[in-house]
Formats: sequence, C-alpha cells, structure tokens
Amino acid sequence: MEPLMAFVVGGLYAAAIYLLLRRSLAKLIIGLILLSNGANLLIFTAAGLSRGAPPLIPEGLQTPDAVVADPLPQALVLTAIVISFGVLAFAVVLIHRAYEVVKSDDLDMMKDTDR
Amino acid sequence: MMLAAVISGFLVGGVAPWVIRYLGDSRGSLALAALPALLFVYFASFVSSVAGGETARMVTPWAPGLDLMLSFYVDGLSLSFALLISGIGTFIVIYAGSYLHDHPQLGRFYIYLLGFMASMLGLVLADNIITLFVFWELTSLTSFLLIGFNHEQEKSRKLAVQAMLVTVAGGLAMLAGLIMMAVVTGTFELSEMMAEPDVLKAHAHYTIITILILVGAFSKSAQAPLHFWLPNAMEAPTPVSAYLHSSTMVKAGVYLMARMHPGLGGTDFWIITLSLFGGVTMFLGVFLAIQQTEIKKVLAYSTVMALGTLTMLIGIGTDGALIAASVFLLAHAFYKAALFLIAGIIDHEAGTKDITKMGGLRHSMPITAAAATVAGFSLAGIPPFFGFLAKEMLLEATLDADLLALVLTLLAVGAGALVVAVAGIVVIRPFYGAKVETPKKPHEAPMAMLVGPLVLGLFGIGFGLMPGLAERTLVGATAAAMAGEPVDVTLYLWHGFNLALLLSVIAVAAGIFLFLNWNRVRARLEGVKAFSESYGPEAGYWRGLDLLNWVAFWQTRILQNGYMRYYLITIVMTMVVLTLYAMVTRATPQLATTLTGVQIYELAIALIIVLAAVFLGWTHSRLAAVASLGIVGFGVALVYVLFSAPDLGITQVLVETLTVLLLVLVLFRLPEFLDLSSNAVRLRDLGIGLLVGGTMTLLLLMIGDVQYFEPISWYFVENSYPIAQGRNIVNVILVDFRALDTLGEIYVLALAGIGVYAMIKLRSEDQSKGGPR
Amino acid sequence: MMEGSLILRTAARFLMPLLLTFSIFMLLRGHDQPGGGFIAGLIAAMAFALYVFAFDVPTTRRILRVDPRGMLGWGLLIAALSGVISAMLGQPFFTSQWWPIQLPVLGELKLSTPLFFDIGVYLVVLGTVMTIVLTLAEAEE
Repeated sequence: MEPLMAFVVGGLYAAAIYLLLRRSLAKLIIGLILLSNGANLLIFTAAGLSRGAPPLIPEGLQTPDAVVADPLPQALVLTAIVISFGVLAFAVVLIHRAYEVVKSDDLDMMKDTDR
Repeated sequence: MMLAAVISGFLVGGVAPWVIRYLGDSRGSLALAALPALLFVYFASFVSSVAGGETARMVTPWAPGLDLMLSFYVDGLSLSFALLISGIGTFIVIYAGSYLHDHPQLGRFYIYLLGFMASMLGLVLADNIITLFVFWELTSLTSFLLIGFNHEQEKSRKLAVQAMLVTVAGGLAMLAGLIMMAVVTGTFELSEMMAEPDVLKAHAHYTIITILILVGAFSKSAQAPLHFWLPNAMEAPTPVSAYLHSSTMVKAGVYLMARMHPGLGGTDFWIITLSLFGGVTMFLGVFLAIQQTEIKKVLAYSTVMALGTLTMLIGIGTDGALIAASVFLLAHAFYKAALFLIAGIIDHEAGTKDITKMGGLRHSMPITAAAATVAGFSLAGIPPFFGFLAKEMLLEATLDADLLALVLTLLAVGAGALVVAVAGIVVIRPFYGAKVETPKKPHEAPMAMLVGPLVLGLFGIGFGLMPGLAERTLVGATAAAMAGEPVDVTLYLWHGFNLALLLSVIAVAAGIFLFLNWNRVRARLEGVKAFSESYGPEAGYWRGLDLLNWVAFWQTRILQNGYMRYYLITIVMTMVVLTLYAMVTRATPQLATTLTGVQIYELAIALIIVLAAVFLGWTHSRLAAVASLGIVGFGVALVYVLFSAPDLGITQVLVETLTVLLLVLVLFRLPEFLDLSSNAVRLRDLGIGLLVGGTMTLLLLMIGDVQYFEPISWYFVENSYPIAQGRNIVNVILVDFRALDTLGEIYVLALAGIGVYAMIKLRSEDQSKGGPR
Repeated sequence: MMEGSLILRTAARFLMPLLLTFSIFMLLRGHDQPGGGFIAGLIAAMAFALYVFAFDVPTTRRILRVDPRGMLGWGLLIAALSGVISAMLGQPFFTSQWWPIQLPVLGELKLSTPLFFDIGVYLVVLGTVMTIVLTLAEAEE
C-alpha cells in the first residue's frame, strides 16, 4: 500500500506547489491546504502502514497482544492537523487584509507595497 | 579581588557623567583618576613576589560546565602591561579633563576611556582563552567608540569603522586559532597550555594555528600590510591616541605574541615570519613617518615602527632578544605616551598640528620643551636615556639572531637612523630654532596636562641611569614569562665599545643628516607617498569595502526581488536538489513497488484524492474548489481510518469541516480566480510542481528500506499502560510522554488565534478612532 | 450574516447539548479510547460554529457565556500548571501524578495531571477556534 500512497503524496505536493506558484491569492490559500495534507500523509506513510491495528491496548492487558501501528507519527500528525488549521486561519486573514490594502488579487502587486 | 579590579573600570565609567556633572570638569577628572591610580597601587603590590619568580592565578567560575572561567594570571608579562595600562591611564584621565575642558560630552568620553582601560586590563590578565577573546573584542569595541568620539564628522566615523573592521576581523581569526589550541591541548587555560611547550609545536596543525593567532596579533598590532588603520586612528582626540598607541590597544597584539611565545615560538616558521614581518614593519613605519608633516601622524607611524621592532624581537626569540623586547616595551611606553601628550599640548596651546608651521616654542612653553626633549632623546636612543639602552640591546639581538641576522641588522640600523630624524622632527623642529607665528598665541600648558609628560620623562631618565631598578622589578620576570623559563638578566647602560655601539653611532649620524635635510628628503619622497596612497594596502581596504557594498546590493536585488513565486521556487528547488543528492549518495536506491494486497476501495480513494487535487489546479470556480478541497480532506481522513489511525481520522474530519467553514467566511470575499499567467509560465510551474511531487514520491518509495536509528516508538507502546496508565497510546504520547512538545504546540495554536483576532479587531478599532489603517 | 433556515436552527438547538455532552465524553475517555483534548475541543467548537451559522454571533456569545479569548488563556494556564505540579513535588517538569477516585455511579475516575493537561488542550482548541470563527463572522456582519 505504501507505493500507492507515495503517488498520492506526490500528486498532492505537485498540485500544491503548482497552486502556490500562481499569482492569485485565493489559489495560494488552496495550495497551502493541499500542502499540509500532503505533508501529513508523507509523515504518516513514512512510518509504514498497517490495516486494522490501531495503537490501542485492549482492556485487561498491559501491552498490545499483537503488532500495532506506530503511534508516534500519529501523535505528530494529530497536532499538525490542528495547528495547520490555526496557521491556515492566520494566513487566510493575512491574505485577506493584504487584499484590502492592495485591492488586487494579484500577488505581483504586493511587490509595490515595499516601496 | 582581581575580578573586581578588572571590571571596576566599567562600573566607575558608568557613573562618570554624574561625577563630571557634580564635581566639574577639573575636579571630576581628578576624582576619576583615583581609580587607575588605585589600580596601579594594587598591581604594584604584586611586584615584589612576581620579581621573585612567583606567579598568581585567580579563578571565578563563569560557566564551569563549558570550561568557561573568569580566570586571571599574574606573571611578569601581564603585570608589566597592567602597570603600564593603569599608570599611564592615570595621567591620561587627568590630562583629558584639561584637554577636553568644557567639552559637552566629557562624561561620555570617560565612560569609553575607563571601559577601554578595563577591557585592556582584562585582556592582559586573562588566563582563560574565552575570557581573553571577550576582552580582546571589548578593546576593539571601546577603541572604536574612542576613535569615533567626534562622531559628528564623517571622517571620524569612517576611520573608526576601519579600525574596528580590521581588528575585529583579526580577532575572529584569533578565536579560531585559540579554539584549535584548546582542542589540541585539552585545556582552556593559557598557563596550562604554555606549561607544555612541545604539545602544540609537535602537532600537525601547528602551522595553521600559528597563522590564525598571528593574523589576530598582526591586525591588532598594525603589522604591515595591516598597518594602515593605526595612523588613521589619529582622528581620535589626542589623549586617546596617547593611550591607545603608547601602551595599550596596539600593544595587545604584541602581548598576544609574547604570551604565546613559550607554546608556539622558537620554530623556524615562527622565527622567520615574525622577524620578517616585524623587521619590514619597523623600517616601513619610520620610513613613512618622515614623509608626514602632521605631528600626530609622524608619531603614529613611529608607533608602527615600535610595534614592528617588538614583533621582530619576539620572533628572534633568543634570551637577549626577549630581554630587549621587555626593555623596549617599557621605554617605548614612557616616551611615546609623553610625546603624544606633548603633541596634544602644542595643538591645544598653539592651535596647529602641522610641524612646518611651528618653531621656537621653547620660549613660550619651557616646561613642555624640557619634557619633550627628554622624551625625544629617549626616542632617538641617545645616552643616558632608557631608549638608548633599548636600542643597544635591539642591535645586539639582531646581530645575534639565529636566522636572517644580516637582513635584520640592516633594517634595524636603517630604522635607527630614520628614528633619529623623527625625534628631531617632532622635538627639535617645533621647540627650537627661530620662532614661527602660530594660529594661537602659544603659552605654557596647565599643570594637569604637564604632569604626565614630566613624570614619564623622569621614568625615562631614571631607568636609563639606574637600569638595575628596571632589572630588579620587572624586566627579568617579563622576559622569563616570554621565554617560559627563568632568564638571566643584567642591564648596563654602558655596554663598552662593540659592534652594536658602532652601528648606533653610524645610525645617529645618518639620522642627524636626514633631519637637517628633512625638507629636501620629503620632496624627494613625494612620489613614493602618492604611490602608496593610491596602490597601498589602504586603497585595497577601501576598494574591498566598495566591493562588499556592491555585492550586497547586487545579491539583494537578486534574492529579495519581491516576487513570492521566486522565493518559493528557490526554496523548493533547494529542497529537491538536496533531497535527491542525499538519496543518491546516502543510500542504495531500492524502490518498493509491490502493490499486492491493495484493496479496490483503497485504490479508489487514492485515485479520488489525486483527481480532486488535479482538478483544484485547473478549476476557475471557487465553489467547485471548496468542494474539491473537501473531497481531498475527507479522502485523507478515510486513509487515516483505514490504516489504523482512528484519532487522526476523527481530527481530520472535524478540521476539514471547520476549514470549509473558514473558506466560506473569507474566500468568497475575494474576487473570482484570475488567470494572470501566460501558458509558458504555467508550463514551467507545472514542471516544478511535478518535480517536487516526483521527489516526494521517490522519497517515500525508498524510505521503507532505510533505517538509520532504532525507532523510539516501541518504548511508548511497551510503557503506555504500565507507566502512564493509558490505553490510547497516541493520546498518552500527546499528554504525558511528550507533553512538553504538546504544550509548545498549543501555544502556537493560541498565537495563531490571537493573531487573527488582532489583525481584524485592532484595525477596526483604529478606524473607529479615525487613525491610520 | 443572514440567519439560517428554520430546520438549521431547530437542528442546531437540538444538537448543541448532544454535541457538548459528546465532546466531554470524548475528552474523558481519550486516555483509553480514541478521543482526547484536541478532538473533544474540535467537536465542541463545531457545536458553537453551527450555532453561529444557524443564529448569529451575539446569540452564540450568549450561549458560550465566556469570552473565547479568556478560555484560550485559561487553557494555556491549566496545561502549564499541570506540568508545574510535579516540579513542586521535586520531580522533573511534567512527571504525571495520579489520584484515582471512586464515583458512585460512573465508576472509577482517574484524576491525574495528564487529564488536567488534556482539559487545558481542550480549552485552548475550543478557545482558538471560536476566537477565529467569531472574529471572522463579526467582520462579515
């Protein structure tokens, strides 16, 4: 399954980078969202995938009775998902404010605000 | 106690402006002079034990875990310097109160001056190399402030920056050398390093260490070709020049070489490098000196000569040479400080620095003239002054040198002749001969300005007539510290009729001839002066500075171009190149390609995610974009759920919902998607996107095979219940095992939320007040 | 912003107590079953976000009772304090402490510093999301 996910991650990254390189502000936001999804999947897949073995310890046992999925990348990705939402909100509002100042959806117009 | 003595200058300097304000300029400066005077007495209390061959070490832990100690070491070498710094410092502080009388910034001046004195004391007394380096750079910093004291003038600022750039750059090289020394010897304490002389000399990195240390020392002590900053530093007020160039700042490099001599000196490389650089600097300094007409510049170039002489003597390294260096160090400090102070008096009382515009000043300022004559004779090396002793020993040392004896002797005789001319230029010319009209009506200087030159002159005569005094106190111990072993010292003023004396007589005769024909000599050398101004090392410095500015400007234009996509392309392409490079070099490419066991619905989910992502790149409709984003997000959530990550699945679904909500609130307030790029640009971006995506795919295909470290996950799995009493291992990691990480993460989250609030709310409050947006 | 339809409003009013109870449930069981502070906080935020869309910002603020920014601050404080407790007992920062207590109906409740920490996370997540959503919705109006 990992090879298949490798292509999914590659596809997400490709689309994300393509969108980030557009001049339109709205596409930049969408690119950001795709990028964080791609990165999360990358970390998740890199540790290896297993079906039907969540990292839970059954009632009455000290340790899991069978091999379970690696819990560490899951913990990393869980916080990453929530934080990327916060950062996305921040980016979205920042871009919105920039739009109000420059009055253009064109990123190239931002360049002129430095002068 | 020692620590308090070293840093007292910073503390007293901090209150100097108030002292000046409440006591007035004159009484305030006298009160401040009490500090260096007290320090002098404190250091003098060490003299008898150090002269007896003892040393002392005081340690205050700073950061002991890093081997960082505020450790100080008192031996002949450091004590000589400490006494010169505090002793001459006393006169400078008194003198400055009069020289800068009524200057509105006198208080600030004393902050810098006392701070500089403290840095200098720390430098010469430090035993720990890090402490040494810190104080070394502090002297660069405080001297920068002193040289640029008249900061309203652009020239002052530029030359202060020049002095700092040259010395700080050298200081960095020295730091590298010091750290390598610490690595080689396994200790950070200089006294321990020098106690094992053969460890460094036998090491494979000896040459590179020596070069690095010498770059630091040469830059600070103005050895050719880095000599140019020293005369330029004459922009400083005269008391500063007198202090920096007689006994302190510029001698720091000499001190460093002398300190390192037991550990690094004595090899052919050391002897040849130091002798040649020192010898050439010695001659060049005094050769440039007689071309100048501004009295401070003449003195500055003769200081370059003195520094060259000391470097050469440390290079020669025989016992005789080291004793000569110790004597020369003291003699030079006495007469040079006096001469600089006298130059300041002339400038102050007669209103000019140009030697050609003065003459016969002895009539109006007889005491100054007397002090100047004593100092001048010592400079020229005329008996019975201390300078004569120094010069005789210098010539004997060059004659006895193991290597390059002939070259060095010739350079020394030449420099000796020229220095006699310099003495005539700075003393005979202004004070004797016919009276010349000066811009101000000259009159005798106040006592505060005279006390320094007079006392220093007395030292010059006293040590000359009674060399045993110097011998018994410090010269022996200083030479012993440089040699790393006890040295037998006996000083005589009269060495009998020998070759050195003959050479000395020749030099004096030639010097007098040169002085009498000074105007003609100067005219002859005009061409040389012009040449060195346009092609000398200083021209190189300015050109280097221009080049630096040009490169900065150019690379800013390229890197900070203001186009977001170029920043992004730079970042991602760097990432791609580095990742691919690492993949090719670090691992044998072994791609996992088996797709066995993939269920049909899993394939469907994967396809849907990719298709939705591709659609996102293509669509122009915002509604369709938000919907496809939802498809990607929920697809990813399904992947999490299918592959044993229920927590992730739930979180992803919830966040995805909130994201759609967020986009609805904001995205639809932006205009329709615009097509702003040409097809060629799109094609380029598509290429970059595919390259990045391809790299990531490759990375994931290879990564299953590569394992550099034992994973730590098993520890969490094993101990989740027994130790942390939780059955959901992911949650246990988040709130227990790695709680500190999570704490950091929720702070980030909170910051993002507050940022959103601030950006929107604070603006509207501004607007309601009618302020700017 | 326009108020939502009657169906949405009824649903929101009906779902609110259910979602909040569910979020508390997810929070408490999180240590042993899928759940935890992040998830529970997001669920609660969802309930209030739904309210913003169904009714309006002032109504939601009234239901929420406390300012979400205050919630955010308290969450950070609780999370940090749960680490300090062990430091005060002379153990390394964030060493977990356990005080299990028996409750009459619900059975054993494992009172512990990780639980406090999770409650802190819950408040931070809820506070942050609500700060963002309310701020944006107000800017809309």
